Amino acid sequence: MTTLWLIPLFPLLSATLLVLSAGRMPRQLAALLGAGSVGLSAICVALVARTYLADGQVQELTLWTWMAVDNFTPRIAFYIDGLTVVMMSVITGVGFLIHLYSIEFLWDDESFCRYFAYMNLFVAAMLLLVMADNLLLLYLGWEGVGACSYLLVGFWYRDPDNGAAARKAFVVTRVGDTAMFLGLLLLYTELGTLDIQPLMAAANSQWQVGDTLPILATALLLGGAVGKSAQLPLHTWLPDAMAGPTPVSALIHAATMVTAGVYLIARNYELFLLAPPTLAAVAWIGLATLLLAGFTALAQHDIKRILAYSTISQIGYMFLALGVGAFASGIFHLMTHAFFKALLFLAAGAVIHCLHHEHNIFRMGGLRRRLPVVFWSFLIGSAALAALPFTSGFYSKDAILLSAWTLPGIGPWLWAGGLLGALLTGIYSFRLVFIVFFGEAHTEPDQQPGWRMSGALIVLCVLSLVGGWFALPLAGVLPDKDHAHVSHAVEFISIGTPLLGLLIAYLLFLGRQVSIASLAESPWGKALQDFWYSGWRIDKLYDALLVQPFKCLAHWWRNEPVDLFYNALVALSRWAHGRLITLQTGELRWYATSLVFGLVLLLAIMLRNAS
Amino acid sequence: MGGLQIPLEHVLLLAATLFSCGLMGLMLRRNIIFMLMSLEVMLNAAALAFVAAGARWQQADGQIIFLLILSVAAAEVAVGLGLVLQIQRRFKTLDMDQVNRLRG
Repeated sequence: MTTLWLIPLFPLLSATLLVLSAGRMPRQLAALLGAGSVGLSAICVALVARTYLADGQVQELTLWTWMAVDNFTPRIAFYIDGLTVVMMSVITGVGFLIHLYSIEFLWDDESFCRYFAYMNLFVAAMLLLVMADNLLLLYLGWEGVGACSYLLVGFWYRDPDNGAAARKAFVVTRVGDTAMFLGLLLLYTELGTLDIQPLMAAANSQWQVGDTLPILATALLLGGAVGKSAQLPLHTWLPDAMAGPTPVSALIHAATMVTAGVYLIARNYELFLLAPPTLAAVAWIGLATLLLAGFTALAQHDIKRILAYSTISQIGYMFLALGVGAFASGIFHLMTHAFFKALLFLAAGAVIHCLHHEHNIFRMGGLRRRLPVVFWSFLIGSAALAALPFTSGFYSKDAILLSAWTLPGIGPWLWAGGLLGALLTGIYSFRLVFIVFFGEAHTEPDQQPGWRMSGALIVLCVLSLVGGWFALPLAGVLPDKDHAHVSHAVEFISIGTPLLGLLIAYLLFLGRQVSIASLAESPWGKALQDFWYSGWRIDKLYDALLVQPFKCLAHWWRNEPVDLFYNALVALSRWAHGRLITLQTGELRWYATSLVFGLVLLLAIMLRNAS
Repeated sequence: MGGLQIPLEHVLLLAATLFSCGLMGLMLRRNIIFMLMSLEVMLNAAALAFVAAGARWQQADGQIIFLLILSVAAAEVAVGLGLVLQIQRRFKTLDMDQVNRLRG
């Protein structure tokens, strides 16, 4: 019980020390603090998890009252149930491995201390997000991770492009966050509390299934989740966020922060169950996103962008799971995805690190024998991503697809869409493997990953392989779909689809049975490829619809049309002044004369009025 | 009372004539001394009108106001002549059109 508050404290303390050192701390000490603090948190989480697994008791801890305004008294308080335990384990466990890996990856970087300060701050904020017992504290963590994401995407700030990517990530997620904050305000005004458990109880007692208010509130919360988790239509920031260092992409933009939206929906699932239309929207958003991102990933050149689109696509699966009511399966996929996607990103980072910051997959090739550890990591990660049988991704994705199938009505459609997505996943993930690690070499690696990189990769490999066998302590915490009675044909199709994707990738990119080059050269093939490469032109669309009109407006308003009126007043009085000063001649006689004539005039007027 | 009664109209006419003379002098003369003298004439024209009116309605007010105007005129001349001396010293002229230093 008493160790709970230590969990976010370690990274926060370490971040503070690193910031206060102003970059003058020796690298060894910074590395020890940065990775060690997260490691200590991970140990505390393990202790908490052991207690929870032993007795299944929800643990609560109130530290202090944040503020007290009339009846509004949000507390700094933690609420630990199975969902939180899973999230904390992923954050600190995967987070620790990524910190370890970062030590080697960024050893030569001049801003080593700054990097670990941001990363630790991120871990602290993310832990706060998942441990919070009320939505306001959750929102604090939510904005905290957003700020850290901004700082880390723009980590190499000397390149203006990175700064632009960081700004885009911040601004686009801010759109969703605004919706989410409105949702919080609505919930507070309607239900009078933001503490999650009382809030759910109040919602269940005051609202009926399908009422307008829960639909509105959940739709606003969904806005926040969509922004943070890079789902349609707010997904455009994630591919650009790859401008940050690769371990950042692994931790923030694959394993933890982008899944915060999934966590938010799962945490408030009772609220979402009161709003079936929102839940359906969640499913459809997830499906549309996973298909769109899957097609886009097929046409990318940059190794990190492929992984970014595959992340968007996999989070689409999680949304699909949440939307069909399989909340536990969604969280299960969140965990396995954290393992294999962190693995893939770290392996990609190792490739980039060993090839002088080369990102283009067509300038790699043949790395199978040269970087064996990285190759096996990438292969295992891709297998799990494509959900090949008996990898971790297989169990979680299978659960999602079968849950979608069991949903009456739209279920089979969602299932078919998800299946197409799985096929695409198989193709693009093995396209990546075949192009990067097979074929002829284009660039020679000049170094091998050291023990920290390799160690992190190997642990994540093991987790990616066996992660599917973990029994998550979610029974009774989150509802799930029962898919034990699905016919075997459906199961076989679900299992076979990724294998088909693997086969297609083999034929196209390794076996050269079908010439991909001639396919891509044909006019419509080229058009399609360009279309997918640009991410369905959504960036262009937003640019034309939102950015350009905004810039245009800004351009108009910078001339301040409202001020024209006041400027005219100023000009008028200036002009009058110019005319009137010519009367002030200093000629005494002239003054006397005008005085007399003025008096005579006034007198004449008065007399005339009097008569 | 008795004796020759001068009609009020005549006195007022005289006062108006004097006032006009002073006014014309003030507006037309350039020498500051003459302008001050014109002012005196105008003041005395007004005073004459007061005295005449006081006599006509048998009120002491007219004479009181006359005394007031007398003292005001004396004070004004004292200040005015002081200024005249300063102007003469600084500008070596008494022509008011020449001392115009204000630029609008």
